[in-house]
Amino acid sequence: MAKVVVLGAGISGHTAVAFLKKKLGKKHEVVMISPNSYYQWVPSNIWVGIGRMTVDQVRFRLDKIYKKWDIVYKQAKAISINPEGDKEIQKGFVTIEYVAQEKLGQTEKVDFDYLVNATGPKLNFEAVEGLGPNGHTVSVCSYDHAAHAWKELQKSISEMEKGNHQTFLIGTGHPMATCQGAAFEYALNVAFEVKKRKLAHLADIIWITNEYELGDFGMGGAFIKRGGYVTPTKVFAESILAEYGIRWIKRAGVNKIEKGLAHYETLNGEYKTQEFDFAMLIPSFAGAGIKAFDKNNSNITNTLFKPSGFMTVDADYSQKPFEQWKASDWPETYQNPTYNNIFAAGIAFAPPHSISKPMTTPNGTAMFPAPPRTGMPSGVIGKVIALNIVENIKYGTTDYTHKASMARMAAACIVSAGYGVRHGKAATMTVSPIVPDWDKYPEWGRDINATVGEVGLAGHWIKLFLHYMFMHKAKGYPFWWLLPE
Amino acid sequence: MKTIDKVHNYKDEYYPPIPTRGTKFWRSCFIYQFYKFFKLNYKIMIMVVKGHS
Ligand SMILES: Cc1cc2nc3c(=O)[nH]c(=O)nc-3n(C[C@H](O)[C@H](O)[C@H](O)COP(=O)(O)OP(=O)(O)OC[C@H]3O[C@@H](n4cnc5c(N)ncnc54)[C@H](O)[C@@H]3O)c2cc1C
Repeated sequence: MAKVVVLGAGISGHTAVAFLKKKLGKKHEVVMISPNSYYQWVPSNIWVGIGRMTVDQVRFRLDKIYKKWDIVYKQAKAISINPEGDKEIQKGFVTIEYVAQEKLGQTEKVDFDYLVNATGPKLNFEAVEGLGPNGHTVSVCSYDHAAHAWKELQKSISEMEKGNHQTFLIGTGHPMATCQGAAFEYALNVAFEVKKRKLAHLADIIWITNEYELGDFGMGGAFIKRGGYVTPTKVFAESILAEYGIRWIKRAGVNKIEKGLAHYETLNGEYKTQEFDFAMLIPSFAGAGIKAFDKNNSNITNTLFKPSGFMTVDADYSQKPFEQWKASDWPETYQNPTYNNIFAAGIAFAPPHSISKPMTTPNGTAMFPAPPRTGMPSGVIGKVIALNIVENIKYGTTDYTHKASMARMAAACIVSAGYGVRHGKAATMTVSPIVPDWDKYPEWGRDINATVGEVGLAGHWIKLFLHYMFMHKAKGYPFWWLLPE
Repeated sequence: MKTIDKVHNYKDEYYPPIPTRGTKFWRSCFIYQFYKFFKLNYKIMIMVVKGHS
């Protein structure tokens, strides 16, 4: 009997355990270790943050589903990994610390034959003084943050209802933050809600971003064929912001927040400030901070993880200039090169480099978006890892056939721009591949015929449809495995 | 009470293309968007399925 341990019940980890259990059945053991008691469909947190969905619409309890699927679920967080075991345990194990009531604070060593690290991002609010729900800004990165954002947003709305002007600052809260897409949709949704209440004349909504140009979204921007032109996403993004009455500050790295005041540095090295009444700024992401030790208890964290805390996988991490980056730098099987029974899925894997061009201010601050690893690739990577582990267990295959390079995979991103079955709107964007492949597509970096950028009510319906489809899948309702990631 | 200015030229917001009334109409026209819903979903599904292979 093989034992597969998965860390993190997010989009990639939950997908991985679902397929592992389905394919391995009762003969093998699948263990999920995650500190959260709920699964959340993160993309819909945007709607929680504007009061259009409740927290319970975007989450469900994990214990019930794992019981149904016969998956061992430990509500705990992983602290360290001993890939070789130690003096007592002769195989790899993870040291975990329970976070739920009965066992709160207790630690345990959970051994494994295979380990999947799907711990997602640590929301690194600490990197910027005053950032985050414990400081002076809000976040929509988790359902509880989004619920808090909605509470704060209502305060600004009621101020405007009293006739008071409000400044909304929405965007990235660190010179190297990613997830621009999520912040962008939040800005559009806030503008939509303000306009719906006929308060737009009292609102100054500002999009602040570390992007070199708008529409970069951490993927170096894209090109879309529309209206007889091949148009950069810069135009697309600026157009929709202008339509919604949102102005923008680009090439800006937020470095400090005070009450009602954001400090930022510009790419040309100037230090500026922007006042706000309400600010939703996405933090930078780091790895979960798990340590690693060999069997003599020597610290080998640097073998398993990059300094960012993300896990080393089968990528080409050699340092080379932007011009020499290749599609083949990106990982395919997400296997750790030192320990071949350890994998990293979703945001937890260390990318070889960014997708956007690295830039530095004259003061030496690195200012460019980190590479996004959105829901679809995260889910696909989780599934691909699961299928490779299954084949390894069942047939001894080590030459993995299932691959999921972000330089070959397409991605669809539905940017919500207002909620409502009749008046809602969203921008539907697709790119193929996610990471530009300039050798294969020398003109535009991607397949121009597969790139879509359309704004309309249909996009909102698609986003809503995807919400219910992915919740259906995650809850393991009938035929869940037929639904794509 | 402070109100914000209308969009004027020589500001960033002045330069991008702004949808016309016609474009806005088609973006919210139920029948056209119904067609778009299926067309875009189809396109997305094809890409997603390809991405899994
Ligand atoms: C507001 C918002 C909107 C978004 N919208 C979209 C969208 O429209 N489309 C899209 O494709 N993507 C979207 N994304 C991105 C998408 O949500 C992420 O790509 C996806 O959640 C990443 O999945 P993951 O499994 O890697 O990480 P997560 O989903 O974050 O899961 C990580 C899991 O690991 C657990 N964990 C953390 N530390 C430990 C530990 N030490 N031990 C064990 N477990 C641990 C966490 O509790 C969590 O359950 C959005 C993101 C945000 C924040």
